[in-house]
Amino acid sequence: MLEIKGLAVKLEEEDKQILKGVDLSVEAGSVHAIMGPNGSGKSTLSYVLSGRDGYEVTDGTATLEGEDLLEMDVEERAAAGLFLAFQYPVEIPGVGNMTFLRTALNAQRKARGEEEISAGDFLKLIRAKAKDLKIDAEMLKRPVNVGFSGGEKKRNEILQMAMLEPKMCILDETDSGLDVDAMKLVSDGVNALRDEGRAFLVITHYQRLLDHIQPDVVHIMADGRIVKSGGPDLALEVEKNGYTDILTEVA
Amino acid sequence: MAAPAVKQDATEARIAGLTLPDGAGWATDARNDALSRLREMGLPNRRDEYWRYTDPTSLTQATAPRAAIFDDRDEAPVFGEIDKLKIIFVDGVFDAKRSDPLELAGLEIERLSDAMATDIHWAKDLYGQREKAGQNPVARPLAALNTAFADDGIVIRATGKAEKPVCFIYLHRDETSDAILHHLVKVEPGAEMTLLEVGPAAARFNKCMEIDVADTGAFHHVRAQGRDHERRAATHIFARVGSESLYKSFTLTANGVMTRNEHVIEIVGNDASAHVAGAALGDGANAPFHHDDTVFITHDAVNCESRQVFKKVLRNGAEGVFQGKILVKEGAQKTDGYQISQSLLLDDDSTFQAKPELEIYADDVACSHGSTTGAIDETALFYLRSRGVPTDIATDLLVLAFLAEAIEEIDSEALRDDIVARLMHWLERRRQG
Repeated sequence: MLEIKGLAVKLEEEDKQILKGVDLSVEAGSVHAIMGPNGSGKSTLSYVLSGRDGYEVTDGTATLEGEDLLEMDVEERAAAGLFLAFQYPVEIPGVGNMTFLRTALNAQRKARGEEEISAGDFLKLIRAKAKDLKIDAEMLKRPVNVGFSGGEKKRNEILQMAMLEPKMCILDETDSGLDVDAMKLVSDGVNALRDEGRAFLVITHYQRLLDHIQPDVVHIMADGRIVKSGGPDLALEVEKNGYTDILTEVA
Repeated sequence: MAAPAVKQDATEARIAGLTLPDGAGWATDARNDALSRLREMGLPNRRDEYWRYTDPTSLTQATAPRAAIFDDRDEAPVFGEIDKLKIIFVDGVFDAKRSDPLELAGLEIERLSDAMATDIHWAKDLYGQREKAGQNPVARPLAALNTAFADDGIVIRATGKAEKPVCFIYLHRDETSDAILHHLVKVEPGAEMTLLEVGPAAARFNKCMEIDVADTGAFHHVRAQGRDHERRAATHIFARVGSESLYKSFTLTANGVMTRNEHVIEIVGNDASAHVAGAALGDGANAPFHHDDTVFITHDAVNCESRQVFKKVLRNGAEGVFQGKILVKEGAQKTDGYQISQSLLLDDDSTFQAKPELEIYADDVACSHGSTTGAIDETALFYLRSRGVPTDIATDLLVLAFLAEAIEEIDSEALRDDIVARLMHWLERRRQG
């Protein structure tokens, strides 16, 4: 599904190398987790894959189902099936949540040469999905993320994911700022989307989220590289001993 | 103090081509008075402080510059879905045949010339009177010119609650038309009406509207200025607002090489509310765009509220101007005055100039004003694009979001929806070139 080879990235504005050769292969149907200390480059990886400004790829490749992601515009990546659940979902005053989602869904469909969804079908679909995530109708009517609590914002991210049905979902510290109940809701939402044709890359500091969204593979990232990969046990090891042991071991 | 010679010459050149309408009845005095005031002031030029950001030349010169007619046949008309009484003007001339009969429960509607031909008429106490009062402390010579020479217009007296809006539809059919219209509106105590205006009116349009909202009256005004790229307009609204009354005006402007909209409101009764809002979209790609909102609100009563909300979206060298003033007179305690003017510049070529002013002579008031100029929020843009919304559509969504605060000033949901729908369509049309 997602193939990253030797990906090296620096900041556009300053001479600072953030990613120093990342290799990662996420197969369809699997859940991979990336853990790592602050500043290791986890979030940068998610931004670069989604096409955010401010980064320069100096080496390497990233493909989604064989298509060169790095050559695509941000919106093309989305239409190709990439989705990033933001660590800090953006508030957009004046743009209604429903308008936003319908515009996005139809734009993606159009880009893929599919029929646009009718207003009625859209309404039915979003009501059903919102209900699963305990998002009430009032929240849907409000401007995107405006006045939402931290938990509501994250649930809204998952709702978008459920509506857009991407192939490759990247969750960037979706657990940050969530209480236990919200984390369960969000995780249930993600788990409901697990599917043979879909893959997940879950970026997190803590093992806690991985209790709910159980990964197939866990990677440890440090200083711009993936330094160790293993099974779910690796996450438990991090939780117990911190990163220091692992980093010393691979140094 | 008479105007300097250069101004006198320019003024005489302009009025040489105009004739005072005859058979004016009681209006003759008002016209002559306005004419002598105009000569005293002289038409504005670039050196006037009040015209520092807008060059009045094309509005004051003897003949109207040519303006091509905009083809809007493939567009749904503004207010098209709204049930309304239609009053149609073609190049500034009332067209009785195409208009609805001037009859609506709760309203008395007449053509200006008919009102002027009636010896005893309420309009006598309004025509030129608000305009004259509004010349102080700032001169508005184009309005005086209007009072002197306007030979068409509509007068409306609201005596009850009008069941539907009255809509002035200004058609532009002649590329060289030069129209001067003067309307009067008097809202009696407890009465309520909505006035809509739509269309370019002429190649050059000078419009003056005098409005008197009596105690406990309510007046709603929603206007969409025509989309003809080369059209020019100088409009003045003079309103007097009585106690416990409501005055609300919203203007949508897209296109127009030159627009100067002046709004002069005097709040004279306690517990009244006056809101003026505007949303302007300017794209200098097809023709230059210059849009100037000049607002002067005077608080001369206790416990009144006023709001000025003006938003401009500018690109390809478009120019926006806002001059807004809140004057709180001595004794106008508990005044709540709010003023915001904001521009969204979509490129580096466009400019926005703002002159917000507060002048306060009462000590127990809450007045705030703010003015900002900014670009599209890149973070929001990225967020929308990351969900698959193409850049141009995402930009338009953010443009609409930016304008929302001004559009929210329209009370009627149906009118608000109509304005938003038209805006979305126009943005879409521009996207598709």
